Amino acid sequence: MSCDLAIVGAGPAGMAAAIEAAALGLSVAVLDEQPAPGGQVFRAVEAAAGDPALAGEFLDAGGALADAFRATKGIAYRPRTTLWHLDPDAGVLSVASDGATAEIEARRVLLATGAQERPVPIPGWTLPGVMSAGAAQILLKTAGAVPEGSVVIAGQGPLCWLLAVQLLRAGVERLTLLETGAGGALRDALRAGGLWTGRRLLAKGVALMRETRARGLTVVRNVRDLRAEGDGRISTMRWRQGEREHAIACDTLLLHEGVIPSTHITRALGLDHDWDETQLCWRPRLDAWGATSHPAVAVAGDGGGIGGWEAAAAGGRLAAIEAAHRLGRLDAAARDARAADHRKTQRAALALRPFLDRLYRPGPGILAPADDTIVCRCEEITAGQIRGAARLGAAGPNQVKAFLRAGMGPCQGRMCGTVVAGLIAETRGVSMETVGALRPRAPFKPMTVGELANARPEAMPELTA
Amino acid sequence: MFRRRPEARPAPRDRLVEVFVAGRSVRVPDGASAAAAVLLSGAPAIRTTPVNGAPRLPYCMIGICFDCLAEIDGVANRQACLVPVAPGMRIEPQAGARAARIEDAA
Repeated sequence: MSCDLAIVGAGPAGMAAAIEAAALGLSVAVLDEQPAPGGQVFRAVEAAAGDPALAGEFLDAGGALADAFRATKGIAYRPRTTLWHLDPDAGVLSVASDGATAEIEARRVLLATGAQERPVPIPGWTLPGVMSAGAAQILLKTAGAVPEGSVVIAGQGPLCWLLAVQLLRAGVERLTLLETGAGGALRDALRAGGLWTGRRLLAKGVALMRETRARGLTVVRNVRDLRAEGDGRISTMRWRQGEREHAIACDTLLLHEGVIPSTHITRALGLDHDWDETQLCWRPRLDAWGATSHPAVAVAGDGGGIGGWEAAAAGGRLAAIEAAHRLGRLDAAARDARAADHRKTQRAALALRPFLDRLYRPGPGILAPADDTIVCRCEEITAGQIRGAARLGAAGPNQVKAFLRAGMGPCQGRMCGTVVAGLIAETRGVSMETVGALRPRAPFKPMTVGELANARPEAMPELTA
Repeated sequence: MFRRRPEARPAPRDRLVEVFVAGRSVRVPDGASAAAAVLLSGAPAIRTTPVNGAPRLPYCMIGICFDCLAEIDGVANRQACLVPVAPGMRIEPQAGARAARIEDAA
């Protein structure tokens, strides 16, 4: 099939972009790995309707956006479809779905591939029973499921509070929040400003904290040196607070230190990226419309820098408007007029980011953990081994990959890449820009030979929203 | 270990899907993933690592970490968190790396 605009990802940015592009008369294809629209933030929002634990913004705003996406004519929506190769010069997307591959031709491509949670490498984080906070939230969204026994959320960021509220509402009785972060972060964050423009988001956060207090959440602040222990499964969670060591029994540990853009595909395309010292992550270099360093490829949403779903949806609309302009459907004046409201929405949604980025800035151990910590989960390579390779002369993560196999396993460096680079930067005393990033290659996801051989364009589901 | 909340998510019988995790029957809401089925089953591990043989369960649930690799309906190395459950699906823990040849699997 062929279209004007191919959108990768059906989260807030992808859905909003598709709705806008269709309204502008573009033919649109939306590919998404998940079986239903929503992305991660609104994952399974249709199936979760009515779940009281998820009441509020998730069901209301997420449900409305998914409904609008489904109701829009002119969008070829392909769920359960993985992009495994993209040739932006030729405008060809190679996708895998249901054991077969197919190609989609597109005049322009919008990557709305979103964010991933920042890996939180602590001793014991590979033990069964330890997972990311977002993972537990996805179990709640997709299956209505909650962890049993003593549950610990450890780390920092808005999701910790949101997840705590949702788990408490869902009947989790023994829940503890171990909040990392140094004292003084709040003072620093307050200086960032943006509180008045961002007051609605701020109020949302304060309401979450109030609700956790009313529901009896145990909160321990200023914790550090997290350590998960257990034989075959986590059983004890240890941490330090001040000079004292503490421990509690723990059946499920949920880690979270914020989210970072998923740059796997933008990196594989060789697009320009910048290290964001505020958010401690790489982000593709974008202009105000989401245009990348490749003329046919744009990025919208958290994949271009973390801003949350409202900023992502606005960014999706802006990217769609720009796509229509570049395809000759809108002149510059009409483009700018149509963009004005979305730009305002985007600005308001981003106003609180400087405050949040400073308040929840990960500690140094997140990018450069202690020597005994596994960093590459796939190949089980420790921070100490990576420091050793850096001392031996490995200048960047691609060299460490050759030395140690870190980044060579099935996740293709999605989990360890930034931490490996952080360890090299620390050991060699150089910047993250100097160290650089892993260079992933297609296929973006491991595939079987059978899938590759099974090129059946007619096998692609023709599901239209 | 995870548990469903039938009181909050009243799934009529036809919206629960029966799958088998390491041979054990588990009923999972339609639309949830094979990885969710594993966590609801209480299985101690979905795989052991190729390097040290350490047990793992799903970590990220969004297709990033690859710790949920499992043998699903006879196909090894599948990302269980990206495979929606289907009636009768068989999800088997995977020991170490996927065997590349039939004789290795024996």
